[in-house]
Amino acid sequence: MPSKPFRTDPNGAVSGHDASCGQAIASTLRLIDVQRDFGAVTAVDRVSIDIQPGELVSLLGPSGCGKTTLLRMLAGFLPPTAGQIEMDGQTISSPGMTVPPERRQMSMIFQSYAVWPNMTVGENVAFGLKLRKMSRATIATKVRTMLELVKLAEFADRYPSELSGGQQQRVALARAMVIQPRVLLLDEPLSNLDAALREEMRFEIRRLHDAFRFTTVYVTHDQSEAMVTSDRIAVMKNGRIEQIDRPYSIYNMPRTRFVAEFIGRTNLITGKVALDEVVFDGFAVGKACLDNSFQANVVNGAVTFSLRPQSIEIRAEPPAASDGEISVPGVLTQRTYLGDSWDYLVRPTGSDAVLRISAPPAQMFETGTPVWLRVDPRQMAAVE
Amino acid sequence: MMSTHDTRAVLSRTRLRGPVVGKVLAVLAVALLLFLIANPILRIVITSLQDPADGGFVLENYAIAFGSVRSLRAFANSILYGLGVTALAIVVASPMAWAVSRTDMPCKGLVRGLVLGAFITPSYLGAVGWILLAGPNAGWLNQMWVSLTGSSAGLFNIFSFTGLIFVTTLYSFPYIFVFASDALDLLSSEMEDAANILGAGTLRTSLKVTLPLIVPAISAGAIITFLDTIALFGTPAIIALPARINVMTLQLWQFFEFPVRVEAAAAYSIPLIAITCMLFGLQRLVLGRRGYVALTGKTSQRRLVVTGRWRWVLLGYCLLICAFAVFLPFAALGQAAFSTAWGKGLSWANFTLGNFAYVLFEHPSSAQTIVNTLLYAAAAATLAVALGLTIAYLLNRKLVPFGGVLAMLAMTPFVIPGIVLAVGFYIAYTSPPLSLYGTAAMLVLAYTARFLPVAFANSVAALRSINPEMEEAVRILGGSRVTALTKVLGPLLKKSLAGSWILVLIPAMRELSTAIFLVSPNTRVLSVMLLDLSEDGNFEAMAALGVILLVTTVLIVAISNRLLGRDIILKRS
Repeated sequence: MPSKPFRTDPNGAVSGHDASCGQAIASTLRLIDVQRDFGAVTAVDRVSIDIQPGELVSLLGPSGCGKTTLLRMLAGFLPPTAGQIEMDGQTISSPGMTVPPERRQMSMIFQSYAVWPNMTVGENVAFGLKLRKMSRATIATKVRTMLELVKLAEFADRYPSELSGGQQQRVALARAMVIQPRVLLLDEPLSNLDAALREEMRFEIRRLHDAFRFTTVYVTHDQSEAMVTSDRIAVMKNGRIEQIDRPYSIYNMPRTRFVAEFIGRTNLITGKVALDEVVFDGFAVGKACLDNSFQANVVNGAVTFSLRPQSIEIRAEPPAASDGEISVPGVLTQRTYLGDSWDYLVRPTGSDAVLRISAPPAQMFETGTPVWLRVDPRQMAAVE
Repeated sequence: MMSTHDTRAVLSRTRLRGPVVGKVLAVLAVALLLFLIANPILRIVITSLQDPADGGFVLENYAIAFGSVRSLRAFANSILYGLGVTALAIVVASPMAWAVSRTDMPCKGLVRGLVLGAFITPSYLGAVGWILLAGPNAGWLNQMWVSLTGSSAGLFNIFSFTGLIFVTTLYSFPYIFVFASDALDLLSSEMEDAANILGAGTLRTSLKVTLPLIVPAISAGAIITFLDTIALFGTPAIIALPARINVMTLQLWQFFEFPVRVEAAAAYSIPLIAITCMLFGLQRLVLGRRGYVALTGKTSQRRLVVTGRWRWVLLGYCLLICAFAVFLPFAALGQAAFSTAWGKGLSWANFTLGNFAYVLFEHPSSAQTIVNTLLYAAAAATLAVALGLTIAYLLNRKLVPFGGVLAMLAMTPFVIPGIVLAVGFYIAYTSPPLSLYGTAAMLVLAYTARFLPVAFANSVAALRSINPEMEEAVRILGGSRVTALTKVLGPLLKKSLAGSWILVLIPAMRELSTAIFLVSPNTRVLSVMLLDLSEDGNFEAMAALGVILLVTTVLIVAISNRLLGRDIILKRS
């Protein structure tokens, strides 16, 4: 039983939940040029995002990028120094007026879980409902339903110190969701769990989100966590949003070097723009094969593309030329076996740079052997 | 329907309730700090420079305070007294700490317990015990000496400078013991192993490696011992006064005898404050150079020094010191408490419970005095913990600007001798517009100020151990700061708050140096009554009262150790 905490026939559980609680009406969130300075340091720099009702947006970035500061402004723990935040069209945060956290009808899941050790699991979950002055019977029902949903029904009378980290995490989830918040905020909720549990909880968070459809903002520094859970990902750097897009677009069409490198591994290749082709180190691609939008990123006649290791095919013989794909001969210089794939480094003939290629385990090559690479220009994304 | 949020709720009837509570608390806390600490100290300084007649600026008070041979002699005596006690305490305590922390000496728990016993014994009680033991003729030890050797005079005279230093050391050596054994516990024994492997024997290693490494810790303890000694009032009043030795605290007291010369007392306090500030600055410097202490953080495997047969010698030594500090004086006090006359010795004819009956029921004011003592100490403990927690909270959550100033103010009484604080309270609050003299409030407030640093430092540590997210989780779910305090922070802090309450209660119950200046006939407390009884030579009643105080203290320590589950007293903080 310990695995897959929420896997009790999700549909049944959720429809049962619907009957007792009603479907939440999620709110819209609008961030308009939100800025936060700490002294001379600008932690969040003119961020604007529109979040649709029921949408899960994650704020992704390295530590110090301002994502947690932004979340704390959404929660009302910090006022912005400029700009404003609107919920359902009402301003809830601006430099002069900030609705305190307790009046926002939001809820939040903290990095430390912040499960109160002086209350039982049941009391923790009931806390927000009691503050809303619900009847005792209603509270009991809601708490029971929610604890069943997170698979903690039999732990209602336990104290948090008697639970494992994963179970405490689920108490925090239950406590946050049972009040049907207008907005749910998550601050690196999985960073304190071990790797296996973290992997599992990602999917559960997404599943719970599909069940409840709360408007959700999710802060994380783990790109695969963001990929699994989010409707849209906002990649942040130095307090600014680099790109906000669906996970597919973020991965395959990164707009900046930073995004390309932060999300997964990539080859950044720079080419000179010639008359009708772009000349890279070791090979060239016809302009006609490339998405024309790359022109916007040309600086001094050069342009940089992100080319994922998974988008390059490696062959032992020269492939037959076909539908615009490029064939690049080269030499295998280094290889690493990662278990689920090979990580190859190939130096194209007549070039100093190397390209990284990810190949399935069955495609085994020895270092030093000549190989041919097949590159699909449509999978090359021009970056700033 | 249930799910439609009341969207108006967000904007209406909202705003500022939390912040207002915070602001009110902040203003209250700052006002109390100014009242309890800043004003009394400021008034000492001002008064010391004021002409008592017209309030003009003069330096005359300093001339009066330091203009006599008597007061200068007192100053010199105090310094000598402090140095003597500190030196003796280092000599006494360092080997004990080493034996307990680093050797295979048996009965370590017992020795630690006895040191704790010496620590919580009010030193003035120990002093009276030693009068019974080593009073010039009648003292038990002298009587034994006479009967054993047939000589005509006793060997010891406690009423001497040596006697004063000896008795005081017995109750201040625990400071150095605690500092030194803490440092030894943190010291990796690999340091010693390294010396051993190079060919140094146990003794050589201990003297050349171990000792130098804990010198900073010992000197920090020594500074506290010195400051504690020169600010001590009880033991000098009991021993030095009859011996006609004058020290600063006694001199200060004499300024309050008729005619009261408050201005001179204020001027006389200033050097005491200056010495204290200087030495604490020095201590910071000493402890600041951490690298020298070789506290590697990780306490690696401990290897105890094997002392062979010498371990019994060590144990004998430790027990001897503990006998001087605890067994002998307690035995003498116990005997006196149950005797009709203590000099008549142990016999059934001499046995009586009358002393207890006297101090509990017959003495005109002692029942009231006991009640007062407990009441004032409890009130002061409550107030100090409440104020300490509030300030710590304001600081921790950065709710006020200038938090650093608040923290400094709250810690100030730590460096102000109790007797000086009392002078400040006397000056600030005995005359209109605010005349508190003769009220319980005077003592409660003075105790609160005196022990605020204990409560404050404990609250800071306790709050630091609680993740602020615990509170934020309450607020985002719709609870105010007040809800967070009462439902979450309060329960989580319960234990450590109870701990700091006890840590204030115990010293407040026996506090003498502050009380002696501020009591009035209606607000007498045990410590002052004990002093009066010993001055009257009524040692039997005094001993009975002392036994009551000791038993109460031991009971409180035992109960709190049981409830709070740890040794809260004998810890360096």
